[in-house]
Amino acid sequence: MNNLNFISPEIFISLSIMSLLILGVFKKNSSSLIHNLSIGLLLITGILILNNPFDTAVTLFGNSYVIDSLSSLMKILTIIGGAFVLSISTKYLKISKIFLIEYPILILCSILGMMVMISSNDLMVFYIGLELQSLALYVLASFNRDHLKSSESGLKYFVLSALSSGLLLYGCSLIYGFSGSTNFNIIGNSMDSTHYGLTFGIVFILVGLAFKISAVPFHMWAPDVYEGSPTSVTLFFAIVPKVAALTVFIRFLYVPFFNMIDQWQPIIVFLSIASMIFGAVAAIGQNNLKRLVAYSSIGHVGYALAGLSVGTNEGIQSSIVYISIYLVMNLGLFSCLFMMKRNDEYFETIDDLSGLSKNHPVLSLSLLVILFSLAGIPPLAGFFAKFYIFKSVIEQSMYFLAIVGLLSTVIAAFYYLRIIKVIYFDEEREKYDTDHSVWLKISLTFSTLLILLYFIFPSKLVEIVSRINII
Amino acid sequence: MNFPILSSLILLPTIGALFLLFSKDKNSNTGKYVALFTSFVNFLISIYLWYLFDPSTSSFQFVESREWLKGFVNYKVGIDGISILFITLTTLITPLCIISVNNTIKFRLRDFLIAILVMESLMIGVFCSLDLVVFYLFFEAGLIPMFLIIGIWGGARRVYSAFKFFLYTLLGSVLMLIAIISIYWIAGTTDIVQLYELGIDTKYQNLLWLAFFSSFAVKTPMWPVHTWLPDAHVEAPTAGSVLLAAILLKMAGYGFIRFSLGLFPVASELFTPLVYSLSLIAIIYASLVALMQEDMKKLIAYSSVAHMGFVTLGIFTITQQGIEGSIIQMISHGLVSAALFLCVGVVYDRMHSRLIKTYGGLVSVMPKYSILFMLFTLAALGLPGTSGFIGEFLILMGAFKDNFLVAVIASFGVIFGAAYMLWLYRRVVFGNLINKDLLKIPDLDNSEKFILWSLAIPVLFFGFYPEPLINTIEVSVNDLIEMYNFNVNMYAPEVKK
Repeated sequence: MNNLNFISPEIFISLSIMSLLILGVFKKNSSSLIHNLSIGLLLITGILILNNPFDTAVTLFGNSYVIDSLSSLMKILTIIGGAFVLSISTKYLKISKIFLIEYPILILCSILGMMVMISSNDLMVFYIGLELQSLALYVLASFNRDHLKSSESGLKYFVLSALSSGLLLYGCSLIYGFSGSTNFNIIGNSMDSTHYGLTFGIVFILVGLAFKISAVPFHMWAPDVYEGSPTSVTLFFAIVPKVAALTVFIRFLYVPFFNMIDQWQPIIVFLSIASMIFGAVAAIGQNNLKRLVAYSSIGHVGYALAGLSVGTNEGIQSSIVYISIYLVMNLGLFSCLFMMKRNDEYFETIDDLSGLSKNHPVLSLSLLVILFSLAGIPPLAGFFAKFYIFKSVIEQSMYFLAIVGLLSTVIAAFYYLRIIKVIYFDEEREKYDTDHSVWLKISLTFSTLLILLYFIFPSKLVEIVSRINII
Repeated sequence: MNFPILSSLILLPTIGALFLLFSKDKNSNTGKYVALFTSFVNFLISIYLWYLFDPSTSSFQFVESREWLKGFVNYKVGIDGISILFITLTTLITPLCIISVNNTIKFRLRDFLIAILVMESLMIGVFCSLDLVVFYLFFEAGLIPMFLIIGIWGGARRVYSAFKFFLYTLLGSVLMLIAIISIYWIAGTTDIVQLYELGIDTKYQNLLWLAFFSSFAVKTPMWPVHTWLPDAHVEAPTAGSVLLAAILLKMAGYGFIRFSLGLFPVASELFTPLVYSLSLIAIIYASLVALMQEDMKKLIAYSSVAHMGFVTLGIFTITQQGIEGSIIQMISHGLVSAALFLCVGVVYDRMHSRLIKTYGGLVSVMPKYSILFMLFTLAALGLPGTSGFIGEFLILMGAFKDNFLVAVIASFGVIFGAAYMLWLYRRVVFGNLINKDLLKIPDLDNSEKFILWSLAIPVLFFGFYPEPLINTIEVSVNDLIEMYNFNVNMYAPEVKK
C-alpha cells in the first residue's frame, strides 16, 4: 500500500480520465465542462506530485518505477505544459470546430503516458508509457479530421512512429537478451559492456528515442506533422513529449549504460551536431510559422542533446534547464500565434506578421523578446539556457561541439531576425482581432516577463535543477 | 557599502525607457523631455564620478559586487582611469543624440528614444563591467537596440545593413563566448581583477587571444571584416550613426586594452605583427577608399575605419605614448565623428541627399554651418590645436619607438586623411553654388548649434590642454604596461621583440 501513496498522481490522473470519459458520454454538450475540469484535474495532479519527496529517490514495484527529483521536476514540467496547452487553446478549438470532449481526454492520456515514461526504471514500463502517449498523439495529430493536412499528418506520424517503436522494441529485446534483465539497475550491474549485442541494443533504442524528440536524421516527420496538426496540438508536440523523451534519454543513458559512455557519446554528439546545423539551415527557407517552429525545435533539441552528451551531472542539469526555458519560450511563441486571428480565421505564415508592430505594439514587443531569446541573444533567458549547455560542454573540452553549436546559433539567428524584420520593418496590414481570452493574455505576459527578467534572478531555476544528481 | 553609483548610472536610462514605454502619447515632445532629462542627469552623474575619481591609483574604484549566477559569476562593476573617460563620452553623446532627433525621426519617436536609452545603459555597462560574463552580456545585448535603430528608422537598404551588422557582430562574438567559458574552466573565475592577479596559463593564451580578437576585430572594425560598417553607417539614421561611430566602435578598442593586453600579454606580444599589418592596411586602404566615395556618410565611415586603424596600432605598440594616444584618439574620434555625422545629418535633413555632388558653395548660404564643419574637418585630419592631433601624434610617437617602418607607413595615413577630408570639405562647402535648391535652405537652428558647439568645445579644449585626459589615464596605463612587461618577461622572454 505504501507504494500506492507515491504513485497517487498517476492513479489520480487515470481515474480522472475514466470519469471524464463517462461524463462525456452521458452528458450532452459537455465539452466546455470537461475542458475546464481537465485543467483543474491536471493542477491537482501537479499538487500531488509536489507532495512526493523531492530529494530522496523512492523505487516502487520491484524497482521498476522510480520517484526522484528528476521524475518530479519533469512531471511538473509536463503538467505545466499540458495545462497551458489546454487553457490557451479553447478559443482556437471552438473556431476550428473541433471543441470536442475527446481532446482534453486525449491530452490527459498522453500526459499519463509521459508520466509513466518519466518514472520508468525498466524497459517494459518505459515501453508501455511510450505507447500510451504515442497512441494519444496519433489521434491528436489528426484531430481535425475534416482537414486533409491534419489527417495526413496523423497518418504520417503513425506510420513513422510505429516503425520507430518497432526499432525500439527490437533494441529492448537485444538488451534483454544480452544482459538478462529489463531493469535499468540490473542491466547496469550485470552486463558485459564489451559485447556488441548491447551496443546494437543501445543504438536501436537511441534511434527510437531520437525519433520521438525529432533529432536529425530522424526528424522527417516533424515539419509535416507540425504544419498539419491543429495549432494547439502543434504546441503540445513542440514541448511536452520532448520533456518526457529527454528524461528517458537521461535515465536510459546514465543509469544502465553510464560505463559505456565511450560507445554512446559519439552517437549523441552526432545527433546533436546534425540537429543544430540542420535545424538552423533548413528553417531559413520556411514561410509557414508552424513549419518554422518544427525546424527550430529540431535545432533546440540539438542543444539539449549537447548537454546530454557530456556525461556529467552538470551536463544533464544544463539540458534540463534548457528544455524548461525552451518550454516557456514556445508557450509564448504559440500564444502569439493564437493571437493572429481575424474574422474567425487564423493566420500562420510569416508574411501575415507584416508590419505587426504598428497595429499591435505590445504583441510585437513580446514576439521580439521571445524571438531574440530563441536566437540566444543576451540578456534574455534563451542566452542563459545556451550558456549553461556550453559551460558544461566546454568543461569536458568538447570544443568542436561547442564551436559548431555556437556557429549554428548565428545561422539560426538569421531566420529569427527575418521574422523580426517582417514585424518591425515591413509595411503594415489589416489589424487582427483583439478579443483574446484571459488565459491567452496571461500566458503571453507570463512567458514574456519570465524570459525578459530571467537575468535578474538567473540562479533560481538552476538551484532547483542542481538537486538532480543521476550519476 | 557606499551608494552604488555605477549601477545607478547603468540603470537610470533604462528606468527612463520604462517610463516612456508606459506613457500614453507616442509622438509628443513630453517623451523627448523625459529622455533628455534622464540622459542629462546621467551626464551630470558621470561628471561628478570623474570628479570623485582618484587618478593616482590604477586599482578599480567604486567597485560593486553582487552574487549573480550562483557559484561562479558575480555581477561586478568598477572603473579605472580608462573606463571613466569612455563612460563620460557615452553620457555626453547620448543627450546630444536625443536633441538631434528633432528633425531626423519623423515617426515612432517614443520607440526610438526607448532604443537609445536602453542602448546607453548597455554601453555604460560594457565600460564598467569587471566580469567577463557580465561584459559579454552588455556587449551582445547592444545588438538588439542597434538592430532595431538601423532597421526601423534607416534608409533605403536598411534591412540589408541591419542584418549584416547583426550577423557579423554575432559571429565574432560567439567565439569570444567560447573563450570566456574556457577561461572559467582554465582559471576558475571570470572576475577580471582576479584574472589580472592569477594570469592565464600561457599555453592557452594564443587561442583565447584569437577568439577575443575575432570579436573585437569585427567591432573595431579592422580590415578585412570592416565591410558592415559603411553599410550600417550609411543606412542608419543620424543618431544611430553617431552612437555607432562615437561609442560602439570604442567598445572594441576598450576591449583590446582591457582584455587582450591585460589577460593575454604573451599572446598579444606574439600577434603584434598581425595587428600591425591589419592596422596599416586599414589605415592606407580605408583612406584610399574614402577618397573615392561619393556619399558623405560613406566617406566618414571609411575615415572611421582608418582612424580605428590608428587606434589598434597605438594599442599594440605597448608603449605609454601609444596606448595613451589610442585612448585619446578614441575619445577624440568619438567627439569628431559624432559631430561629422551630425553635420551630414544637418544638410541631409534639408536636402535629403547625402551625395557630395548635390552640394557645393554651401559657405554662402550656411556660413555658421561651414565654420563648425571646418573645425571638425580639421580635427578629423589631426590639426594641432584639436584633440585629433594629440591622439595621432602620441600614437605615431609610440609607433616610432617600437618600429620605425610601421610608423613611417602609418604617417602616410595622416596625409591621406588630410586629403580626403579637405577634398570633401572643398566640394561641399566651397566652389560655385550650382544647385539652385541650396539657396532656399536655412542655416543652423538653435538646437543644431547647441549640439555642434557642445562637441566643438571639448575638441578644442582637449586639443590645447589634454592634461585632464592624460592625468586620468596615466597611472592605469602605466600599471597595465608594467604588468604586461612583467608577464612577458617572466613567461615568454623568447617572444619579446
